[in-house]
Amino acid sequence: MIRTRAIPGIGRDPTTDLPVLHRCSPVGAGLAADLAFSRWLGSRSPWVLLGLAALLAAWPFLAHAQSGYSTARAFEALWRWIPFLLRDGFAFNILISFVTMAIGTAAGVVLGLWQIAPSPWVRRTAWAITQTFRNSPWLVLLFIVMLTFPFEIRIGDAIVPIPDWMKAVLGLALPVMANVSEVVRGAIQSVPTGQWEASESLAFSRRQTLWRIILPQCFKRMIPPWMNWYAILTMATPLVSLLGVEEIVTLSRQAMEAEDNHPELLMPFYGFALLVFFAYCYPIARWTIRLERRFAVKL
Amino acid sequence: MNAIVETAWDPSQPIVALRDVHKSFGKLEVLKGISFDVMKGEVVCIIGPSGSGKSTLIRCVNALTPFDAGSIKVEGQEVNVAHLDKLALRKKVGIVFQQYNLFPHKTALENVMMAPVLVLKEPKDEVEARARALIRKVRLEGKEDSYPGELSGGQQQRVAIARSLAMRPDIMLFDEVTAALDPETVKEVLVTIRELAAEGMTCMLVTHEMGFAREIANHIYFTDRGVIVEHGPPATFFTEAKDPRTREFLSQIL
Repeated sequence: MIRTRAIPGIGRDPTTDLPVLHRCSPVGAGLAADLAFSRWLGSRSPWVLLGLAALLAAWPFLAHAQSGYSTARAFEALWRWIPFLLRDGFAFNILISFVTMAIGTAAGVVLGLWQIAPSPWVRRTAWAITQTFRNSPWLVLLFIVMLTFPFEIRIGDAIVPIPDWMKAVLGLALPVMANVSEVVRGAIQSVPTGQWEASESLAFSRRQTLWRIILPQCFKRMIPPWMNWYAILTMATPLVSLLGVEEIVTLSRQAMEAEDNHPELLMPFYGFALLVFFAYCYPIARWTIRLERRFAVKL
Repeated sequence: MNAIVETAWDPSQPIVALRDVHKSFGKLEVLKGISFDVMKGEVVCIIGPSGSGKSTLIRCVNALTPFDAGSIKVEGQEVNVAHLDKLALRKKVGIVFQQYNLFPHKTALENVMMAPVLVLKEPKDEVEARARALIRKVRLEGKEDSYPGELSGGQQQRVAIARSLAMRPDIMLFDEVTAALDPETVKEVLVTIRELAAEGMTCMLVTHEMGFAREIANHIYFTDRGVIVEHGPPATFFTEAKDPRTREFLSQIL
């Protein structure tokens, strides 16, 4: 029998200087900051949406008529253009965001796994690529890709044209890739080292450890920051209008030109674009914050 | 059946033999030449103040921590070699950690089954039967489908012991396995370890449970600042300690 008398030394906290025994923080350093955008957007009141719409609707009453062209007519023009702006413009923004996110995520996951590779060379290279594209202005990356990529490639006898929007997708996918890479690295490193040790002591291979033990545990933790980056990316899609890709902002500008470029058109058209983006990204941000809270509890 | 060529190991020889083991973390030398033998079926307890290198020592035995110099032979196989067959070593040596380190996304049963199925490639139904038996053995019948988060610390630690046993090790290492538990649950874990020892499992324990060490150990080693200061069977170790450092440690803790 175990002695019934209290065994001395039982209540003592284990104290040690050995780094192997230190528990690591359950939240990776890279993760919290990744949600800054969603936190900001998600913390807005849903009334902002109505407020924006109201402001837009009130514009005719607030604005001074600067010429014979009345703001009421500007709204009438917007109303006529809305189906076109949404169908041919914003839908294309969404398409760009989907394709970019898919490419950026695929490349980013690979890059993120390389960042924790056993080989220091692979690790350093992946780190350098990640940092380069994470810290470059998106617009500069876009320009570089747009201007350096050929407009067509020749495969054997066939000439495959590369449309501008494809190049834009590649340009936007680079910073997304780098940020997803950081999300993956941060999530993997947020798993306590004890999990790696336990797997190692049970003779799991590195690959088995990663795919069977580590990634299933941090997959959920990657979703909120990943969605955060999706929202940021969607907000950034109008950048491609500078390169002539026909998305909502480009088409808004063309529509205003068709309406003779009255300055009264600016506020309704750009205001509408703002409203559409807000209406699309705001629920994503709210959902992101909700998921983050839910997953945080389970840690 | 097994591709690994087993070199003949005579069970009358030590199952674990440590010779002059050295290990440094940067400038800090935590092991300064540790040598001792463990015979098959023996239960060895390593005690000593925190930071004396006990945990590092035990981790060296299954190559979780690589060491700088010296030799550790497990069943006659050298651990300190460049191309160590880690799979073969870890099939022989199981380890249980202070923080349990169960896989939180798997049930207790799955935790126990994973390594035999994935690493040893044993048939699933066979492994499951063995895993259920092991869970019964650690007195957790009915908890097979619970996730680690739903179990108490003591229960988690017993699942961890079952998980390790599922690999059919010859030697079990216990690294301060009760240090993170509350006094109530310490007992249930110690009972499990005592049963294992009674069945003839070779055990190496790092522990702060002096009462338990005294009861279960065949031999006790006291380490301080990277060396073995004193050792002996519990009957003499606790009563006839000669070294002043051992005496001081025991007077503080007993």
